[in-house]
Amino acid sequence: MVPLSWYLILSAVLFCLGAAAFLIKRNIITIFMAIELMLNGVNLSFVAFAAHLHKLSGHVFVFFVMVVAAAEAAVGLAIIIAVFRSRETLNVDRVNLLKL
Amino acid sequence: MNPTLHLWVIPLLPLMGAAINGLFGRRFRNSMVSSIALLFTGASFAWALWAALQWVHQPARYVEILGDWIWAGDFHAPFGFYLDHLSMVMMLVVTGVGFLIHIYSAGYMAHEGGYYRFFTYLNLFMFFMLTLVLANNYLLMFVGWEGVGLASYLLIGFYFLKDSAANAGKKAFIVNRIGDFAFLLGMFLIIQHFGSLNFDDVFNSVSKMSPETGWGLLTAIALLLMFGATGKSAQVPLYVWLPDAMEGPTPVSALIHAATMVTAGIYMIARSSAIFSLAPHALEVVAVIGCLTAIFAATMGLAQTDIKRVLAYSTVSQLGYMFMACGVAAYSAAIFHLMTHAFFKALLFLGAGSVIHAIGGEQDMRRMGGLRKLIPVTFWVVTIATFAIAGFPPLAGFFSKDEILWRALQAEHGGWILWTVGIITAGLTSFYMFRLWFMTFFGELRLGKVNHGHDAHAAASHSHGHAADHGHGHGGVHESPCIMLGPLVILAVLSVVGGWVGRPQAMGGSNIFETFLASAIYAPAETAAERGSELVFAAISVGVALLGFLLAYWLYYLQPELPSRITARIRGLYTLVLNKYYVDELYGRFFVKPLLSLSTVVLWHGVDQHMIDGTVNGAGSASKGIGNQLRRIQSGNIRSYAAWVAIGGAAVITYMAWAMFK
Repeated sequence: MVPLSWYLILSAVLFCLGAAAFLIKRNIITIFMAIELMLNGVNLSFVAFAAHLHKLSGHVFVFFVMVVAAAEAAVGLAIIIAVFRSRETLNVDRVNLLKL
Repeated sequence: MNPTLHLWVIPLLPLMGAAINGLFGRRFRNSMVSSIALLFTGASFAWALWAALQWVHQPARYVEILGDWIWAGDFHAPFGFYLDHLSMVMMLVVTGVGFLIHIYSAGYMAHEGGYYRFFTYLNLFMFFMLTLVLANNYLLMFVGWEGVGLASYLLIGFYFLKDSAANAGKKAFIVNRIGDFAFLLGMFLIIQHFGSLNFDDVFNSVSKMSPETGWGLLTAIALLLMFGATGKSAQVPLYVWLPDAMEGPTPVSALIHAATMVTAGIYMIARSSAIFSLAPHALEVVAVIGCLTAIFAATMGLAQTDIKRVLAYSTVSQLGYMFMACGVAAYSAAIFHLMTHAFFKALLFLGAGSVIHAIGGEQDMRRMGGLRKLIPVTFWVVTIATFAIAGFPPLAGFFSKDEILWRALQAEHGGWILWTVGIITAGLTSFYMFRLWFMTFFGELRLGKVNHGHDAHAAASHSHGHAADHGHGHGGVHESPCIMLGPLVILAVLSVVGGWVGRPQAMGGSNIFETFLASAIYAPAETAAERGSELVFAAISVGVALLGFLLAYWLYYLQPELPSRITARIRGLYTLVLNKYYVDELYGRFFVKPLLSLSTVVLWHGVDQHMIDGTVNGAGSASKGIGNQLRRIQSGNIRSYAAWVAIGGAAVITYMAWAMFK
């Protein structure tokens, strides 16, 4: 039986990797993937706790997160395509038309 | 029996006139404006006359409280009016002479711009002056006191486009403030020690004090009040504003700067006679100041060439007489002279205005002359006034001046000195008044023919008066219209008969005026001196007046070229007098300049620019600098915001972990 703390540590590592990638990377698709990574890191701790406590609510939360993430991915990718068509770049630092 | 007099109506009527003319006068025709002004002042005079007739036989005072104005703890300052024989005389002089001068102004100002403005200010002045006179406490009196100062400022600066007029207005206002400050301090002392400013309360408390216990306090109060009076009544050392005040239109000079406002100080001292009578040292100071002013101003009047300035110095000098009378506790004599002076000095000013009007705005006496035949009515009324002020019997000025001189002689300390100075002043007065008379009305008209000789600079500096204001093309010299001559004739009649109410016993009268005022004034019992010798002294003063007349006759009629030779002989002295002893320059050097540079360096550059502006600007630039630094946080870079969020989250988690494992 793998102890709970291992799951939690893995979850934290995944979340931190996602956060770090979000902060460091400039490619918008990578940033998008980093967000997914953070979400899934959290999902992992949800299911770990759910299994540990024998409660279903953790699983339900995970499904919600997955559904919302899927919807968000659809909208986000559409935006990315639109941005790429007009700006011809995926670098977020160059998508700065609204800045002073 | 206690009839209701409704005294509040008397000051309020001119205020209504001022309000109507001030708010709507711009759209009215001139005749409408003057009718409104005359209607309200006339009604005020009528009401005053009616009230006086109702009350004249009552020796008691009539007090009318309309309501509380200031009410703080034990201290009350009501809106109250006060009628006794003293304020009755003042009220009648103010409304009566004021009404006559309003009539005169309707003619005099007919060709001037700002007609409605002039009458608004004039009515406003009447309102404040009547408030001053009828107030039943010092505070309400002070309201009127400041108000007449304001009206005076507005009217001196009536031709405000002219620099000299605007400056003269400012000078009058500022110099008056100095005196007013002392008056305020005096009032504070009164509040502190008597807890009230009502005349009745204060005088009751004062009369219960013995001269020994209250000596210091009463002297301090009296001196402060006196200093206040020196500002308003143009005494040494604060007289300097009055000659400059002649920049205003001539009716203003007559009403405000001769007949009424400048006598407010005398009225205030007479009103406070209860205080002054218990402060003998303050009284001596009053006498000395009056005496100094009288002779000082009279000598300055000798060399002036501007007709209105001669009259201005003469006014200062006569006010000095009144001060001197107050100083020897002869308050009723002071008020008597105040009244007669109001008649003949208003007449002189209005006559001078008529002369100026007649010859198209010229004020320099050296260009006048020979006007006797050309403007006969003006000539005769001015002649009456001149003889009245010079002190020839049986005209008004003789009785009042003689009364003052006689009472000065009776004074405890230095009576002879006061009398001697007074009699010399009388001689000087007679001389410069007849000088004016001869230069204006005799000889031949010198319009445009004056030779710009050695004192041409004086002409340049003094004849800047009416030339601009009257530039409406007088064809030739002409007599003034009836509306101007009417008041002159009435004032002339008053100047003749006005003195008879105060005829002393020695001359077969009974001095009704003094007994009339006795109920309102706390005068010491008169020492029973032999009144027989009064006739001798009266004869001396008439002789001195005659001497002045003869000297003027000799110098300015028989040998008109002689004065310039004499002045050339005593050149230094003449220049000194011509420049008014350089008093203005001295004040400028010792008070105005240091004050100005002190204000510039310390108050302006130091306090205002460095401290106040520095604080405000410092606060501004500090927040600007901090903002500039903080601005860098808000870079617009999403990732840096995300980093802040991450750091914040990490900090929160760290804190929670620390709190949990502590």
